[in-house]
Amino acid sequence: MDLKDFLSNAAEVAGRESKDDHVVLSSRVRLARNVKGRAFPGRAKKADRVETCGLIQPAVSSLSAMRGGYSESMANLKALQKQLLVERHHISREHAAKNAGSALVINKEQTVCVMINEEDHLRMQALMPGLQLKQAWRKIDKIDTSLEKKLEYAFDDRLGYLTACPTNLGTGIRVSAMLHMPGLVLQEQVNQIVQAVTKLGHAVRGLYGEGTEALGHIFQVSNQMTLGESEADIVERISKVLLQIIEHEENARQTLLQNKPDELFNHVGRACGILSNAHIVSSKEAMNQLSLMRLGVVMNLLPDIEKSMLDELFLVTLPAHLQQLAGEKLSGEERDVHRAVFLRERLRGTKGLQLSE
Amino acid sequence: MKCCQPECGNEATVHLTEIVEGQMKKVDLCEECAKAKGVTDPQGFALADLLLGMGASSEIEAGGSDLACDSCGFTNADFKKSGRLGCPDCYTTFAEALEGMVKQMHKGTEHVGKAPKALQQARTTTRQLESLQVRLTQAVQEENYELAAKLRDEIKELQKESAA
Repeated sequence: MDLKDFLSNAAEVAGRESKDDHVVLSSRVRLARNVKGRAFPGRAKKADRVETCGLIQPAVSSLSAMRGGYSESMANLKALQKQLLVERHHISREHAAKNAGSALVINKEQTVCVMINEEDHLRMQALMPGLQLKQAWRKIDKIDTSLEKKLEYAFDDRLGYLTACPTNLGTGIRVSAMLHMPGLVLQEQVNQIVQAVTKLGHAVRGLYGEGTEALGHIFQVSNQMTLGESEADIVERISKVLLQIIEHEENARQTLLQNKPDELFNHVGRACGILSNAHIVSSKEAMNQLSLMRLGVVMNLLPDIEKSMLDELFLVTLPAHLQQLAGEKLSGEERDVHRAVFLRERLRGTKGLQLSE
Repeated sequence: MKCCQPECGNEATVHLTEIVEGQMKKVDLCEECAKAKGVTDPQGFALADLLLGMGASSEIEAGGSDLACDSCGFTNADFKKSGRLGCPDCYTTFAEALEGMVKQMHKGTEHVGKAPKALQQARTTTRQLESLQVRLTQAVQEENYELAAKLRDEIKELQKESAA
């Protein structure tokens, strides 16, 4: 099956509503596993990687949980398809750079993706909308348990699951949530939150990783430590932190509305104005303005716009999605024009900022 | 842009970008700090310091310069350069260098949590034996020979079970 036909369209993805999604965009739990007696992908020769992949890929795709899913070698995917998968957060940028000897398997519902021969032999993740860390952990835990009957994992009694990088040692778990925090950004309180969260041993990054600015006011919070604490405890601890961050973000939004309403209305109103009228919109501008519109929607300032439409636009205006929609390769400049056309069309007729007296 | 090294205000001229786990890491250094870190020769740059925390590369070096993994041939130098290991057996080969590092980067040094089902029974038995052994030593010290004899029998029983 072609990847394009397999993946749900952006509107479907954006339409999946869930708990606390005013702030938490998605929850992800990833496990790193390796097969016993085989060199890690970074060390293994190409022939060995191909052999290991040939062992793992059928084992994964034959799991009942992966029935009706998508299974493909990275060698058979074009650059644009790989980028599309990165934009959907199904695979890492690192995995997108892989070719023969690496593969991916996605389940039918597109909530589980297994990367084969990324940095480890297996990187499996469950990705769910909103705040659902426990559900995501349960889902990936089940898949891991059924897979261990088919593959013998590299496991040490004292050190736990052995991984290519010692930072993932032990449980091999990375629990993360994508957070939309425009309130805290506008109130200039993000740094305090980042510092507090870091102190608790968690990492905070921008949408596309460390060092990058937080495009679209989106931050990723994840655990750093993987050894010496059980999976359930790690999930529990980070969930508690997330609930506090949600509270701070909601407070920041309300404070903004009470103390600086003009500033808030100005941000949201301008975002509507720009995206409904501009003729050249960069990816970065689209993300930041859509983010402000999303803030407006969840604060009931844009009554005729649905949150799911903004989430869809956020996804569809990303470079690979835009090119898939256009059906051709586009240069950066062409993309900015296409993006503007698309946004104008979708926002046409919307009323923009509506303040109830 | 200023050099990222502490207490160095010089203008940064060397910019390094590395993709780690899909995350972009950037380091900006001035000419002098770059030279001091051996960054002018990209082959000699220790990614281990970036990935595993400053000081990791010297811990790896302390393990000996001619250490190599029997299973995959990975050397100390490879570990220092990439910050990653070559195969599961490398954890035994480089155990010494890893010990300090693991202590620094994780909450504990022993795995708690999930284990493959096939190994779970053995894990539980090992833990039980350890705890019985501790209690036995204590009982002997306290000259509680009755309890000691009982514990010794329990240990024998458990060992027989796990061997079977």
